[in-house]
Amino acid sequence: MRINKSAIVMGLYLLFLLLPIYWLLNMSLKTNTEILNTFTLWPNSPTLDNYRTILTDPAWYMGYVNSLIYVVMNTVISLAVALPAAYAFSRYNFMGDKHLFFWLLSQRMAPPAVFALPFFQFYSSVGLFDTHIAVALAHCLFNVPLAVWILEGFMRGVPKEIDETAYIDGYSFGRFFVKIFMPLIASGIGVAAFFCFMFSWVELLLSRTLTTVDAKPISAIMTRTQGASGIDWGVLAAAGILTVVPGALVIYFVRNYIAKGFALGRV
Amino acid sequence: MEKTVNQKAWFLVLPVLVLVAFSAVIPLMTVVNYSVQDTFGQNQFFWAGLEWFREMLESERMWNALGRQLLFSGIILAIEIPLGIFVALNMPKSGFWSSVCLVLMSLPLLIPWNVVGTIWQIFGRVDIGLLGYTLDAVGISYNYTQDVFAAWFTIIIMDVWHWTSLVALLAYAGLKSIPDAYYQAAKIDQASRWNVFRYIELPKMMGVLMIAILLRFMDSFMIYTEPFVVTGGGPGNATTLLSIDLVKMALGQFDLGPAAAFSLMYNLVILTMAYVFYTVMTTLEKRGG
Repeated sequence: MRINKSAIVMGLYLLFLLLPIYWLLNMSLKTNTEILNTFTLWPNSPTLDNYRTILTDPAWYMGYVNSLIYVVMNTVISLAVALPAAYAFSRYNFMGDKHLFFWLLSQRMAPPAVFALPFFQFYSSVGLFDTHIAVALAHCLFNVPLAVWILEGFMRGVPKEIDETAYIDGYSFGRFFVKIFMPLIASGIGVAAFFCFMFSWVELLLSRTLTTVDAKPISAIMTRTQGASGIDWGVLAAAGILTVVPGALVIYFVRNYIAKGFALGRV
Repeated sequence: MEKTVNQKAWFLVLPVLVLVAFSAVIPLMTVVNYSVQDTFGQNQFFWAGLEWFREMLESERMWNALGRQLLFSGIILAIEIPLGIFVALNMPKSGFWSSVCLVLMSLPLLIPWNVVGTIWQIFGRVDIGLLGYTLDAVGISYNYTQDVFAAWFTIIIMDVWHWTSLVALLAYAGLKSIPDAYYQAAKIDQASRWNVFRYIELPKMMGVLMIAILLRFMDSFMIYTEPFVVTGGGPGNATTLLSIDLVKMALGQFDLGPAAAFSLMYNLVILTMAYVFYTVMTTLEKRGG
């Protein structure tokens, strides 16, 4: 009897979660006339026109390209600097380590709204405004601390004897780190990469503030679908669905670590 | 794990330090700079001392935004935490359905924040949205762009939709770490379902729940994109939360001094919360997490 009750609760909850997403999908497959004139629970004459509009118009699809470029840049930068730092935090005590670790956390928690204006002025003054690297660096504000925390959580699970044995066997630090240590925490690196990717992908405030044309992310383009004839609902919905796809594709691989990632590696 | 003292570890941390200093300390110094100066344009600045801080502390606008922010964070915590625990208790423990639940529940967490806003903006519209249409059809007047209550209802249900899964996933991770022996002992004692929850599951979940509460509190405290897309802070100023107000002030009206003073005080609140968070985490780890 209890199993059935649980199934009902889960069913209702998942329905609550999926209904709004379904509605967006539903709208993305309709024409604007159908959206505005008839109220239907599923598209009467499904059409892919809205997706075609996005995928053939550079003003639209370049938004996805821009987003992907800075997100990938950010993920690479974040991981590259976070890996050695996380190793240091997980293995050694050094002067000020706890303060530094806390300071990193406080950067992850800092409200982006506070940084929007100074970032705008800072990147404008060094001539990086409206470039992909500016957004990638700005997103390091919260992604580097996140990556350090997640990786540190995984690295603590690796016994220190492995390090010591490797050093006795004559491995240098660099060779040990790349050849032995990184394969051991491969899943941790994957999870950290996923979360850096995700948090950079979902952020809008900073990426919108730092770009105008050349590096404009898809999420900022979406906010401007209002044309002369009102909002193009179908295209807006299709664009929204396309932004959900990257996350939905890889989520299966990190399903068991997702709580750990969101809790900064601390579950 | 026993850590060894090694000051050379600083070299490993150095890249992070430089990068975060570059992207956090320098901008923050700009903010500090603005907060103590006044300008009449043309890049001429005058020392203003603590004038802006005094002005912000006396401004009703900031206190109102803070009040709305606390109300918002309070309401969503009061809904999301119990609901998240309830969902976690009902999740299948293993097997195929557990994976399905994990994947589907994570979906809202991975949607770009402005798309979350767009989804609910559409979903709540009376003419084309399922929620708005249904409410309208059963005779409830619902218009989130005009009616304060409807606007609040929309942004709260949106946040519940967006983040309850996070609480549920964390609680689920906590539940999975409880050894089977605890449940068997409870069975022998013929403990009721409530007692199992109260004396076994809840204490074991307490650690992750603290993390969930603090994460949700802090993230909701700096929420910007989702309510901005749905209501734009309106109707009037009814849903203008702290971040929305700050961006309006800094990028909209370019009131640099007051906005900077506002930023610093805002940051201070967050910093205090982050410290509580950090203390909770480290105590939990010491206790043998």
